This record gives sequence, C-alpha cells and structure tokens, in this order.
Amino acid sequence: MKEYTNSGSKDTRSGFGEAMHELGKTNPDVVALCADLTPSMKLDAFARDFPDRFIEVGIAEANMICIAAGLTIGGKIPFTGTFANFSTARVYDQIRQSVAYSNKNVKICASHAGITLGEDGATHQNMEDLGMMKMLQNMTVINPCDFNQTKAATLAIAKYVGPVYLRFGRPKVPNFTPPDQQFEIGKALVLNEGTDVSIFATGHLVWKALEACRILGEEGISSEVINIHTIKPLDDEAILASVRKTGCVVTAEEHERNGGLGDSIAQLLARKYPLPVEMVAVDDSFGESGTPEELMKKFGLDTPDVIRAVKAVMARKKS
Amino acid sequence: MCYTLTNDLEKLGLLARAIRQSVVRSLAEAGSGHLGGSLGSADIFTTLYFSVIRHTPDEPLWPGRDRFILSIGHIAPVLYATLAEAGYFRKEELLSLRKLGSRLQGHPGRDHQLPGLELSAGSLGQGLSVSVGMALALKMDRLDNRVYCLCGDGELQEGSVWEAAMSAAHHKLNNLTVIIDRNSLQIDGSTEKVMALEPLKKKWEAFGWQALECDGHDFRSLLPAFNKARMELLHPSVIIAKTVMGKGIASIEGDYRWHGKAPTKEQAVAFLRELEGGIQNIEH
Ligand SMILES: [Mg+2]
Repeated sequence: MKEYTNSGSKDTRSGFGEAMHELGKTNPDVVALCADLTPSMKLDAFARDFPDRFIEVGIAEANMICIAAGLTIGGKIPFTGTFANFSTARVYDQIRQSVAYSNKNVKICASHAGITLGEDGATHQNMEDLGMMKMLQNMTVINPCDFNQTKAATLAIAKYVGPVYLRFGRPKVPNFTPPDQQFEIGKALVLNEGTDVSIFATGHLVWKALEACRILGEEGISSEVINIHTIKPLDDEAILASVRKTGCVVTAEEHERNGGLGDSIAQLLARKYPLPVEMVAVDDSFGESGTPEELMKKFGLDTPDVIRAVKAVMARKKS
Repeated sequence: MCYTLTNDLEKLGLLARAIRQSVVRSLAEAGSGHLGGSLGSADIFTTLYFSVIRHTPDEPLWPGRDRFILSIGHIAPVLYATLAEAGYFRKEELLSLRKLGSRLQGHPGRDHQLPGLELSAGSLGQGLSVSVGMALALKMDRLDNRVYCLCGDGELQEGSVWEAAMSAAHHKLNNLTVIIDRNSLQIDGSTEKVMALEPLKKKWEAFGWQALECDGHDFRSLLPAFNKARMELLHPSVIIAKTVMGKGIASIEGDYRWHGKAPTKEQAVAFLRELEGGIQNIEH
C-alpha cells in the first residue's frame, strides 16, 4: 500500500490556531470570537496580534453565535470558537434560525469534539454534533483528519461564502497529510486504492483506517481507504465509484452511529447502490473519563475495530 | 438616495393609520397571524421608518443604511406593511401574507428574498445578539450607521437577551438602540403575572444601558427618545415604549387574546371603518 508517515503528532486544534493567525495577516475581514476558551482553542496568537478583530464574548455561546451572524451583515467573516458541545447542542436554535435559515457567512469552529476530549468526561464529549449540523439546510460540515488538513480546511472555509461547521479535536494525533495542501470542500480523498473493501473514514479515524489497511494488506486483503473530510456535501460520485469496484463498505468515525458519516453513506447506498455496510462508530452511548487512547479502545473506535468490521463486511459480501 | 424622513406629526399619524389598515387587511386575507402586537407597535414602526432610520427602499442593501432587526418575528405583518408603505415592494403583495409561495412568510424568512429583511426571526431572544454583532462590525469599520432592534417585553424572559445586553454595554455600543414594545402582555396574560419584568428600567440600567421610557403611541414622546439615544456617547440605549396591544381598535385594545389572532373578514370591515374614522396618535 501507499506509505504514510507521521511527521510528528500534533493536535488538530493547533492547525486551526495556526491558520487563524495566518488569516489574521492575510484577510482583514476575518474576525475571531471566543467564549472564554482562548488558549484551548489555540486562538491566543490571533487575540494577541489582532486585538481589534478578536471578540471575547465570555461564557455566552448563544450570544456568540448570533453576534457572529450580525457581523456578517457588515461584511465580516466571523469564526466562532468553543468546544463542539457548546458549538452545537447548546446553541442549536441560534444556529438554525440566525445562521442557517438566515444563510449567514458564519464559520462555527469546534474543538474537543468526540470521545478523545478525554478525562473531562461525557458532559463535554459531544458525539452528536455531525448529525445535528448536517441536518441543517445551507450548512457545510467538515471534519479534517490531522493538523495539516485542519489548517488547510480553516484557510479554505474563509474563502467559501456560506455557513460552515468545522470540527476538530484536542489530543495530539499523527500528522501525515501534506503541509500546505490545497483543501477542496466536498472532495473525498482516496488515500489508498484497493479492490476488496472501501473504508470511508473521517477525522481521527482516518489514521486508524490506514493502520488497518496496512495490517489487512499483510493478510492479503486489499482495502481502499478514502478520507471523507467533508460530511456535507457528501462526495457521492467518489463514494459510488469506489463501492462499484469493491462491493462492500466500512465507515469509521468518532461519533454516534445515529446521524454520523456512516448514516450518510448508508443513506446514499440504500438509494443508489445497496450493498453490505459495517460501521465503526459509538453505539448509542455517552462517553466517560479516560485517556483518549483508552476511550477509543473502549468505545470500539480503534484499529482492531476497523479490521474486525472489514472482515465482517467481507464475509457478508461473500455470503 | 436616502429616503426623506419627516417629523411632521400629521404625516406620521396618517402613515401609522395606513400601516394599521394594511395590517388588518393582510391578516384578514391570511386568516391567521398576530394582530395585537402588530397594531400595538405600528407607531414605533412609523417613527423608525419615516423619522429615524436612514434607508433606501430602492436599494435595500445600500451600505450607508441604518440597520433594523425585528427580533419578535411574529409581528411580521406590521414590518411588511411598513416596508410596503415605504416602497420596498407593492402594497398589493401584502395580501399574499402567509400564503404558499409568498415572500411574506408567517415569520420573516430570509431565504424568500424579501427586500429590506436582514434576518430570519421567530424563535425569540436572538435579534439583540445579532444587533450587537452588526453594531460591532460598524465600530470596527469606524462607520456611523446606527443599529435598531425591536424586542417584545415577554421576549425579555429569554436569558440570551441579557447575554446580549451585557455584551453591548461591555463594548460601549452607543450606536445601538433597542426598543421594547412594552405592552405588558404575552400569550399567557400579563407579563407581571407570567414572569415579572419590573423594575425593567432599573434592570437595563444595572446592565450598563441608558434606559429611556416613552409613550409608544405619541410621536412627541417617541421622537425625543430616539434623539436622546443618538446623542449618547458611551452606552447603548434602550427605549421602553409603553404601548397598548391592539391599539387603534377600541374593542380589542389591551386584550391579550388578540396576541395571535387574525380578524375575520367581517371584523376587518368594522376595524377598517374604525381606523378610517379615528385620527390616530396625535390627539394626546
Ligand atoms: Mg408583549
């Protein structure tokens, strides 16, 4: 298979922070808002160097989302920053009415998404955010896989006009996609070509999928690994092209099975090209405290879980 | 070209009456909708669109415009009637209110391309925050456009309004004026019985605002309040405008049951006759 090397583990939120600082220098319309989480969101550099375009809203997320909507009316490009739970669940109606239904150019940027938030536990581990956000009309939903891609995605959404939900995480994870890559919203990336199974992964699960692919390759199984960094709009063409070749599918994500990437892909396949699908996702459960690695294992989101799903779906394909 | 504004009390009275008539006609045609608050705030709308706000109906997105946000989307009929009166679209279109395919949605929806509408609204407690964002953007660009936001009094029970209030004072948004349609009523009855708001003026003052009170049906009381807000240098201003729900139709004035009701066609005929006969608003 194609080789991917970790150039040094980094947190995806730092990719966001770096891109924001770059945007501060290059785009005078970019404004950052934060709800009392500036260091966690890696917005310190932006706040320090562009204080006139940094709005600290305090612990008031509903206000933050609507202020951002108002800023767009003056031609600003606001990026809101807080954790995934407070970026979605807490402010869903504000996003629905003042951002999505009003079609405002707001970039909702969410860190600490999913189970890998870790020790803080279930109150902060939102695993329903992709589902909530993809249900909203006008909303683009992006979940990049590593530091470099998060940075590229942040730069890309500043140029795109329309509401966006950008999701990233807290822990240091392998950084393996190219630095200074061009990020194309809505375009699935084939990381490894294969013939036996299509593995569609998003976010932190992309690296796990690549690890699974390597191990499966040693057993003679050829997996196609595709990075679905954009959950909405979904790259239907790329997905259908892959499954026509492989005939079975595994999806992998750090999110509830209900409402996640797997659910989007299963919907597409049910309508256009039904075939066996296995999903690596959280099974209707709140999270809990633990290290990110422990939790990925416990909640069935680790490399062996992807391998098991591949074997299960290939067995179904044969039968 | 900026719309010509007037302080002529008689002209304003006639405009308010025309807006009320449009409200009654459009609601009777729709068969549903919110009459009470629409009539009650007609004088505030008249003041805003014909005396206060710089705007250009033939160029709704003119960058020099003052911004207006209606936070209580349910009184859309009076917003639509005012926009039509000002020339944003033809008054005949008011009869399409709430009908399939209409630009005049039951609550204002921005994806229906209605000129003069900055924001979708209906779910309460959001308009003031959006207004804070607009005011901040104007300050960042050192522009002197002003931002106006109309809130309901019942709406002030939404906690997010106070998040917004705190932030507007924090950022010294003297370019922001909020008008409270203080009719002291909401769906379940008196605001003070449902969830008391008083002492309302003191609450806003405690949040760092210049708080003004006025008679929301008397242009001679409304206009100075807006002037005072415009002169303020350090604080955002709130104008608590005392109004009567259903103002202009004696038989429904102050009756909270008219919050979410439309007149029947027969009632509308009588209401229109009553509006035609009464000289509104300037006999105080
Ligand atoms: Mg009221």
